[in-house]
Amino acid sequence: MHLILLLTLLTPLLCATILGFIDRKEASVLKYTALIGSCFSLVLAFIAYASFDSSSHVIQFALNLAWMKQYDIGFRIGADGLGIVMLMISAGMMPIILLSAFRTILNREKEFYILMMVLQFGMFGIVLSLDLVLFYVFFELILIPLYFLIGMWGGVGRIRAATKFFIYTMVGSLAMLIGIIWLGMIAKETLGTFSADLLKLRVIAPSLSIQLQSWLFVAFGLAFAIKVPLVPFHTWLPETYTEAPLPVTLTLAGMVFKLGLFGFIRYGIDLFPSASAYFAPLVATLAVIGIIYGALLALAQTDMKKLVAYSVISHKGFIVLGLFSLTAEGLQGGMVQIVNNGIATVALFLCVGILYDRRKTYEIAEFGGAATLMPILAVIMGIASFASAALPGLNGFVGEFLSLTGAFRSGFLNSWSYAILGATGAVLSAAYSLKLYNGVMFGARENSRNDMLSDLRPFELVQLIPLMILILLLGFFPHYVMSKTDAFSRALAGSLEIRAIGTSQYTNDVRQREADLRSSQAGVPKQESAPIH
Amino acid sequence: MLLLIPFLPLLGFAILSFFGKRLQSEIVIGSIATAMVAIPFVIAGTVLLSQGYPQTVTAFHWFKAGSLTVDLAYSFDQLSILFTLIITGIGTLIHVYSIGYMHGDRSFFRFFAYLNLFIFMMLNLVLADNFVVTFLGWEGVGLASYLLIGFWYERRFDGVDIVWTGDAAKKAFVMNRIGDVGMLVAMFLVFLHFGSLRYSDVNAAVVAVPIDGTIMTIIALCLFLGATGKSAQLPLYTWLPDAMAGPTPVSALIHAATMVTSGIFLLARCAPIFALSPTAMNIVAYIGVATALFAATMGLVQNDIKKVLAYSTVSQLGFMFAALGVGATTAAIFHVTTHAFFKACLFLGAGSVIHGMHEEQDIQKMGGLRKYMPVTYSTFLISSIAIAGIFPFSGFFSKDEILWNVYDKGSPILWGGLVLAAFCTAFYMFRLLNLTFGGKERFDVYHTKPHESPVTMTFPLVVLSFLAMVGGLLGIPHALGHIIHIPNVLEEFLLPVLSPANQILHRVQPTEIHSIEYILMLVSLGIGLLGIAIASSWYRIESDSPKILSEKFSGVYRLLWNKYFVDELYGGLIVRPLQKLSSTIFYHSVDTIGIDGLVNSTGTLTEILSSFFRRLQTGIVQRYALFMMVGIALTLLWLLFA
Repeated sequence: MHLILLLTLLTPLLCATILGFIDRKEASVLKYTALIGSCFSLVLAFIAYASFDSSSHVIQFALNLAWMKQYDIGFRIGADGLGIVMLMISAGMMPIILLSAFRTILNREKEFYILMMVLQFGMFGIVLSLDLVLFYVFFELILIPLYFLIGMWGGVGRIRAATKFFIYTMVGSLAMLIGIIWLGMIAKETLGTFSADLLKLRVIAPSLSIQLQSWLFVAFGLAFAIKVPLVPFHTWLPETYTEAPLPVTLTLAGMVFKLGLFGFIRYGIDLFPSASAYFAPLVATLAVIGIIYGALLALAQTDMKKLVAYSVISHKGFIVLGLFSLTAEGLQGGMVQIVNNGIATVALFLCVGILYDRRKTYEIAEFGGAATLMPILAVIMGIASFASAALPGLNGFVGEFLSLTGAFRSGFLNSWSYAILGATGAVLSAAYSLKLYNGVMFGARENSRNDMLSDLRPFELVQLIPLMILILLLGFFPHYVMSKTDAFSRALAGSLEIRAIGTSQYTNDVRQREADLRSSQAGVPKQESAPIH
Repeated sequence: MLLLIPFLPLLGFAILSFFGKRLQSEIVIGSIATAMVAIPFVIAGTVLLSQGYPQTVTAFHWFKAGSLTVDLAYSFDQLSILFTLIITGIGTLIHVYSIGYMHGDRSFFRFFAYLNLFIFMMLNLVLADNFVVTFLGWEGVGLASYLLIGFWYERRFDGVDIVWTGDAAKKAFVMNRIGDVGMLVAMFLVFLHFGSLRYSDVNAAVVAVPIDGTIMTIIALCLFLGATGKSAQLPLYTWLPDAMAGPTPVSALIHAATMVTSGIFLLARCAPIFALSPTAMNIVAYIGVATALFAATMGLVQNDIKKVLAYSTVSQLGFMFAALGVGATTAAIFHVTTHAFFKACLFLGAGSVIHGMHEEQDIQKMGGLRKYMPVTYSTFLISSIAIAGIFPFSGFFSKDEILWNVYDKGSPILWGGLVLAAFCTAFYMFRLLNLTFGGKERFDVYHTKPHESPVTMTFPLVVLSFLAMVGGLLGIPHALGHIIHIPNVLEEFLLPVLSPANQILHRVQPTEIHSIEYILMLVSLGIGLLGIAIASSWYRIESDSPKILSEKFSGVYRLLWNKYFVDELYGGLIVRPLQKLSSTIFYHSVDTIGIDGLVNSTGTLTEILSSFFRRLQTGIVQRYALFMMVGIALTLLWLLFA
């Protein structure tokens, strides 16, 4: 059982290897091999998810392999509440994304699926690593497949988009590398050796001086701010999202986007609490600007794919605002929204992709009255649009509501204006979501080129129905996700609060977490591997 | 058992969504949908009769974060049971009516699925045990309203910046969202100050330890902002007239009888919060009166049968808010009830006329329909008398109680405004009645053959008109009741829920009878009769007076005809500038040229720098050696002298 994470992690790599031996002419064999591989890792991830004990802070399914012993860099993986949720969403999205590639990627399939599998491997690695150097390796690893995926299968401006994406994220990553080395050097003073062990560092880093923490926070934070992206580091996003082929857009929207947010929690807030508190108003301000600015830009679009892409910036704003409220409510809301927003956005992009498939255009004005000929798509796109507009009862609501609640009551932000301004995003999100939906589905069908629109095919339904089920299910039963992160968010918020004002209502959670993490560390012998439970 | 009340309509929605298309038979679809509303009505009735209240039932745990735990829980108390009965009762009638009205529509099942969804959400709104579940219903009815306004999405609809029915639907949803921001902020504040979002906790805390008055005012005003959206009050009322783009049963159920009264429900539910803030109460009262008057004047000149009724609804809701603003919650809820009877009846009557006139809605092209549609005519007449406030019809009692309370606890100015609005009400209703049913036919009698509607449509009309007639018995004022020894049933029923607020307001049971109350009663009755008389004399036989008057005061007439240009104002001041900001300024300038330009120029800068440094890489070894020498020399110098 304790090897389950390792198995999950290695499945895509194994799958990529197998793909390498398959003849490139066998397109359907390639497709199904990749699909089966991703389903297999989904099953594994689900087993880990289901058997994860959410009442404990102990790092579960941990594995510690020596790598560079003299620098205390190891192959350390394991899962806490945050990690297991992130793993689950990465694993869950992949089969849907691969299915969407079946009809959209029609050349060089072999390379495509291998790259997708390598990407999946990197994604898993990022969320499972408990070692900063290992994390960095995975963080950089995903850039390579992404660069080629965008650059080889993208639209007209693909090369420019891929390069822009690559350079943008490279700049951030370099800053982070400096941060990692610096932090490892600092650890030398206490531990006597350079260290990249997250569990050791997360004890050392929070006690550093505020100045030092701030520099380190900036170094790490820049990488994440670009990955999220936060305004004003966002201009790669619309270009990349629109130029990338549909499956890659889905990958970006459903999986890659969460890395920056995940990074902010694990390598920002948890590692540098004082600096996070110090920067919270700044980050929250950027988040609120992102909410409104992104929404206004979405409102200005006439191109469906661009509209959804800009809406992503707005939605990320809610999540970041929640996280940097540094309250249990906000953290919890932000984390659940990472999952839910990914689902809704992927569903919307899929709908847009289907419309494109029928008419080869993304212009809203080219459509109108599509609901008559595409009733099933009308229902599905309606659900996805309203989920994206955070309608209660659908999955987008709980996260945004809690994020705003957290921001409102946050002592770190200490102002209502963040939440109030953020809440106005609700008006704008309704406006742009319905602009898209009304424009495509409602009205009379006046353009004769739309007379041939055909409704969803079984093959497309297979992609969308799981997402619809999740949207409806998580709308009323978000605790399938939230129970995993509940203890984590309370402990994290509690430790921040204790650091700031000396007391917290979550003191017990904080103590429990510290004790559990210490036992995780103590329980890891220096040998090859060891389970902890 | 109690959970069946909200969940049966949800079941109906699910059945019709998944299997509706396969069911085919209209009767089967209609019956399933109706049953899913009728059964909850019966259950709620049983609860009422067996006095099984108050009690709270938790369906399941919804979500939890930090110290906030939210359950999908329902609270059955006097207030929520009353609203449940109105919603499911009138809902059942309108479902029955719709079977006839929607006959032959190709999306018959979809219509009933949406209606069931609406009932589910509306029941969540009123039965909620906490703010979040109310908000679920609050936005949920907004969704249902959106879907139903845009039900005939391929049809055009006339309005400012509106081309399709879908545009009207979008307008309704987005404007409601503005109000919802208020709701959200109110919830944040409540959670911040009371640490809970359950009504029972909050209302108990409010009464026990009154906190800072300013905070109370802010919470109250935020809630009221939400209410102005959903209940179409100034300044967020403009979506309601356009919501008439939906099928008429929808206008009756959602945009007259139930959804638009959500705001009144919310304020009644949070009455203790409002009671602690005189400022907020005053604002509510003034906005209510202003809306009542403002909307009533717009109703005077409309020619679309549904638009007249829509403005009338806005105006009547204003009456209810005026009552809430002076702390007369019972009076407001009484008016919600009677208004639900007569306004639903009027809208369904209008639907019957539109049905009989083959989709004609312009009352100028009607006239003389009395003899073609006798049942519709009589029920419409009864409801018109009721809304005009003529004794002993239901509207008299509820409107009079509001007027008396506004006079007694508010001010004569507020009272005056409402009386004027009441006059307009009587006038526009009888203008409508006479233009539609009275006089001669103004349509081509050879081509248009108006007919009475089928029994599925007339039956609800008869029931509702009966209720409109006798509904006043629920709340006979003490001034009249003590003569014939009939208590004010509604007031006594609601007393337990409203007593916390009444305590704060030091409101005691009125025992004293003021002679002035009788005078005011006569005044409001007289005003109503006057409005009826003028309208009847002008419009029964074709009189020149309206034309002369409109020419004499052409400025006022144009202002009213164009609805005070409010839609144009919002369009010019808010919508278009925002579009311009997002498109021209943000998208085409700031983002593309500004930020992205900056990013790209760092790229260009790098290129320029690298082209400079590239020149150093000549490949000529001697030059490299020279650079090295210079470097070493400089380093040595620095080491020596630094």
